[in-house]
Amino acid sequence: MIDFVQLIIIGTIVGSIIGLGAMGLTLSYGVMKFANFAHGDSMALGMFLAFIVVGDLGWAGSDIGRLSFGWGMIPALGLAMIGVALLNISADRTIYRRLRRRGAGIITMAIASLGLAIIVRAVIQIVWGSAPLRYSTGINPALTLPGDLKAKPDQFFIVGLTLVVAFGLYLLLYRTRLGKAMRATSDNPELAEIAGIDTERIRMSTWAVAGALTALAGVMFGIQAQLQFNAGFEFLLPMFAATILGGIGNPWGALTGGLIVGITQETSTEWIDAGLKPGVPFVLLIGILLIRPRGIFGSTV
Amino acid sequence: MDLLVELPPLITFVGGVNWTVGFLTTVGIFAIVALALNLQWGYTGVFNFGIVAFFMVGAYTSALLTLERPGDFENHILGLEWPVPLGWIAGSLAAGVLALLIGLPTLRLRRDFLAIATIGVATILRSAVNSTEGLANRGAGLIGIPRFLDGLVDGADYRWVMLGIVLTMLAFVYVVMAAATASPWGRVLRGIRDNEDTAMAAGKHTTVFRVQSFVLGGMVMGLAGAIFAHRQGAISPTGFSDLFGTFLVWTMLIVGGSGNNRGAVLGALAVGFFWFGTPLIQEDLPDFLGTRVFQLREIAIGVLIIVFLLTRPGGLLEEEPRVSRFVPKPGSGSGAFNTAHEEGGP
Repeated sequence: MIDFVQLIIIGTIVGSIIGLGAMGLTLSYGVMKFANFAHGDSMALGMFLAFIVVGDLGWAGSDIGRLSFGWGMIPALGLAMIGVALLNISADRTIYRRLRRRGAGIITMAIASLGLAIIVRAVIQIVWGSAPLRYSTGINPALTLPGDLKAKPDQFFIVGLTLVVAFGLYLLLYRTRLGKAMRATSDNPELAEIAGIDTERIRMSTWAVAGALTALAGVMFGIQAQLQFNAGFEFLLPMFAATILGGIGNPWGALTGGLIVGITQETSTEWIDAGLKPGVPFVLLIGILLIRPRGIFGSTV
Repeated sequence: MDLLVELPPLITFVGGVNWTVGFLTTVGIFAIVALALNLQWGYTGVFNFGIVAFFMVGAYTSALLTLERPGDFENHILGLEWPVPLGWIAGSLAAGVLALLIGLPTLRLRRDFLAIATIGVATILRSAVNSTEGLANRGAGLIGIPRFLDGLVDGADYRWVMLGIVLTMLAFVYVVMAAATASPWGRVLRGIRDNEDTAMAAGKHTTVFRVQSFVLGGMVMGLAGAIFAHRQGAISPTGFSDLFGTFLVWTMLIVGGSGNNRGAVLGALAVGFFWFGTPLIQEDLPDFLGTRVFQLREIAIGVLIIVFLLTRPGGLLEEEPRVSRFVPKPGSGSGAFNTAHEEGGP
């Protein structure tokens, strides 16, 4: 029983990271309408951009309480979030906007995003090499919780940050004019344009917010795992599964979907071989497509 | 005459011939996969991002059925010593079953859902082979996969036989694809691709046709994988990477020309020459390029995809618009990258 609760704790942490990434993915999917296959490799890029500060430059900073990383992670996060946001915006300027203007469909854009994914991955490999890296070499001893359960301080941080970011995204989407315009563009771009919304500007803002969320997810992943150049493609399936579970364009759905995917995936090892774990998001995805293809909470597209 | 002066060109010539034979064999297998993707994407608009999964299923199925019983240091199922052609048929069927399982729940939905469902399948298959004891010898892979028509010639000359086999299979697949896409069935596929509503209004059950196209394409990918396994003689999960087995084929089709079978073969040859040729010039490149040649060619592949989509979406050989051989050629306005049909679906 304790083992099972322990697996749920691990699943919550994994699910938070998937949820963070899926919130970014669902935003761009909802507004841009196409499946961004560069999302996984952008997440990996964010993970490595943070390494520039805490690894390449060695600005780890002084310790923050009992976390495995120091204050240097704050500027590292900033660099990662700005970097991936800029990547998204420049990709839109050079690729997606041209395709949009030509009237190309969502599938053409999805294939173009695959091209971008290949480029980003190769650049990461050229700059940081193929050997796995780590943000910090120190160990992060686990805390013992009541009932002999274990969790690391880092993991509390990841779950806490995810909740804070989700709340912030709620405020952005439902309490600001920008958020309202984003939702309008997602619901119906033509109508939004008629209502005087500069949809191109909204698309840029969406790319920026989605990029920042993507980078955040990448850095959180890097905090509790090794940094590998080819991690990006492996992120894609769980994040898409979470996005579709929650309904495309629905950030709460994406976070809930991420938690469902994470917890199901980790607890599945009670019954199946750990090597079959990558199949769990796939089964969830096929299941939801069979039962409720618009997701548990409905979709905006 | 001085032998030392005479020898190097001879060695280079033989080396060049050997390289060319190996290259054409590999590209022939890729061309078969590109033709299969052309049926799925080029003619039907079915968006498959898991090509390597079907290729891998075909390779493993055929290898496991034709291998000998596992020895002391191997641990895999089957090992039935079937004749190689039977293994190919079984590999092709197994890949078709996988396509049916994935296609049925997804092909009735938005067009990008199939792509999303297929991105992870290869990862799952690799992980399953790696972790399941007694399935296919885990990460060590399968070795000693028998060759087809092995007894005909000496070992060193076998590469010519293999090339002949691959080119024969390529010609066979090409003829089948050309006939299928020119038939009334192929016309329905193009109709679904260009305007699904019209096809439905004409009484066509579009989901059924999409599943048929996806399964037939998957079977051809499985066949190519099976041929590949027997050509290599040894396979392991890491050999079936998404980059090698999926993205490269997409690049071949986009560069060659979606919706054109000759384009698919040309794309396989052109992109294949770039991909397999770049390591040859590695030593002639300046150091900072030469050491990164494998990553640089990946970047070039990504750039190729994007540049073609932006500037020449029809590829090198664009689709020839035609309704049927009985009807005069109409104007343009169809094609996989045509704009009107691509919207999300129901």
